Amino acid sequence: MTGFLLRRLVETAILLALMSFAIYGLIGLMPGDPIDLMMTADPTLTSADIARLKTVYGLDQPLIDRYLAWAGSALQGDFGYSRIYAQPAAAVIGDRLGNTILLMGGAFALALALALPLGMLAAWRSGRPLDHAINLVAFAGISMPQFWLAILAIILFAVILGWLPAGGMGDGSIGGSLNHLILPVVTLAIASTGGILRYVRASMREALRQDFIRTARAKGVSTARLLWFHALRNAMIPVVTILALDFGALFSGALITETMFSWLGMGKTIYDAIMGNDYNLALLGLMIATALVLACNLLADLAYAWLDPRVRYR
Amino acid sequence: MTQLAATRRIAAGTLPPVGFFAALRRQPLALVAAVIIATLALLSLGAPLIAAWLDTPADIVDIMNRYAPASAEHPFGTDELGRDLLVRLAYGGRISLGLGLVAGLAAALLGIAIGLPAGYYGGRLDSLLMRMADGVIALPLLPLLIVLAAIDLTKLGLPAEWAHSPATSFWRVAILVALVGWTTVARLVRGTTLSLRQRDYVRAAEALGARPARIMLTHILPNLATPILVALSLSIGNVILFESVLSFLGLGIQPPWPSWGNMLTGAQELIWSAPMLAVWPGLLIFVTVIAFNLLGDGLEAALDPRGRD
Repeated sequence: MTGFLLRRLVETAILLALMSFAIYGLIGLMPGDPIDLMMTADPTLTSADIARLKTVYGLDQPLIDRYLAWAGSALQGDFGYSRIYAQPAAAVIGDRLGNTILLMGGAFALALALALPLGMLAAWRSGRPLDHAINLVAFAGISMPQFWLAILAIILFAVILGWLPAGGMGDGSIGGSLNHLILPVVTLAIASTGGILRYVRASMREALRQDFIRTARAKGVSTARLLWFHALRNAMIPVVTILALDFGALFSGALITETMFSWLGMGKTIYDAIMGNDYNLALLGLMIATALVLACNLLADLAYAWLDPRVRYR
Repeated sequence: MTQLAATRRIAAGTLPPVGFFAALRRQPLALVAAVIIATLALLSLGAPLIAAWLDTPADIVDIMNRYAPASAEHPFGTDELGRDLLVRLAYGGRISLGLGLVAGLAAALLGIAIGLPAGYYGGRLDSLLMRMADGVIALPLLPLLIVLAAIDLTKLGLPAEWAHSPATSFWRVAILVALVGWTTVARLVRGTTLSLRQRDYVRAAEALGARPARIMLTHILPNLATPILVALSLSIGNVILFESVLSFLGLGIQPPWPSWGNMLTGAQELIWSAPMLAVWPGLLIFVTVIAFNLLGDGLEAALDPRGRD
């Protein structure tokens, strides 16, 4: 187990390093560069100044050297300054990370609370009208463009009914923040429920086919206990793994939701940074998102081993 | 189906039909989905006819007639530039559906090229390729797609005029979404190939000395037609969703070309004055994607022998 963990940790670190190089290279290909931006800000710059600035910022170096220089300071905790916010990029991200965790955590919990019972119900009533109805709802969730769902929610709850704010973070009080959190959380949860529901349904169907279920039923175990205890325990093994692997999709969803509702989280920060030529911030945001996803993949492997005693890692 | 019930149904002559199309007929949702897709495709193909019938060319700007409500002249009203919404939706469908088809096919080809050798050779190649597929699925795709879509093509040495044209944006988005959409196809193709390569006719071909490439292309690939169809249907739904969100964020199809995604770009600012402008394009994306997903699901159920009872 320890050997397995170590090997996966090393693999993850290598993958993260490769991804960071790829992202660094891609960011360099985005429109404009820091010198262009300085030229727009200060038209009196001469071409000699520009050449000098390029040397100062190391932009005349080859890509691999620039990357190594960036990675070197990044490893020491220096991620450079954010152009938009005029603060260290790490400080900007630090502020936003908590907001994203709040949004994603809330949405994930709500999605799970909807998907588990519905998925079990569908599997239990497999092939009946109720199953078909739940399946259709799940497909509706998967097929819904999230940004459109957000627009519809804003039209209904903010414009027509006027119950909830259309976006923003509130005044900082707990009540105000919660009020602003409801629409984003519900939108993200609805968009995530369909996928989870389909996993739970498929996995429960498989579990309900097993012999031990028939045995338990023959022993006179009640239906509720059969579903929630005997079947769910076994059905959850693949579901937990898939949920951890789905973290990337949840993060993509958070990016859309945050952008639509002006919720100041990681996703909106990354989007704004990319659109605003804030290279350091975009780079750091993307790296953290990737690192989180890779950590979740690692967690998925470990959870699989922990939940299923039959799995033994060498 | 229990043994007893099957016996009874054989006696009554109502045993479920065998064969793919017969099985598909037992998936009413998939049939409805196919009809919806056909209708939307016809609507898009007939865009010039609709424009001629309403006597409003697609790109005519009529500032005096902005945000007109639905009327006989403009059945869905007009947009922020006074253009007829129905005509725009029909032309947008050409782009959105066309891109779904092109990118879906590209994703399918990529998925076959990866899934077929993985399933046929197995072993290390298989685990490497499938790990790659898992990796692509697990990545935070949207942020990475946004970066890829934001890349300045002129920095890669392409002429500026060409790099910023709507046609280029179409092909760029198609390539990008195909790069993330191949995993479904690859997995299904790999799974089916794994079981097909154990078949006697494949072993016979191997014994006769046929080369792997020949076995894969002439003996296995034709038998993959139906799973590929399933995966293609699911992929098209997926790539249309990705295209719509990229176009919505201003990084996909560039105006003046309309797509259902970029028609929603300005809609969020207009929800107070013209909410219906935000409703129609999104509804069409939703209906199209759910139709492709239901079609794929129905095809899969029709293929699955366990689903036939």
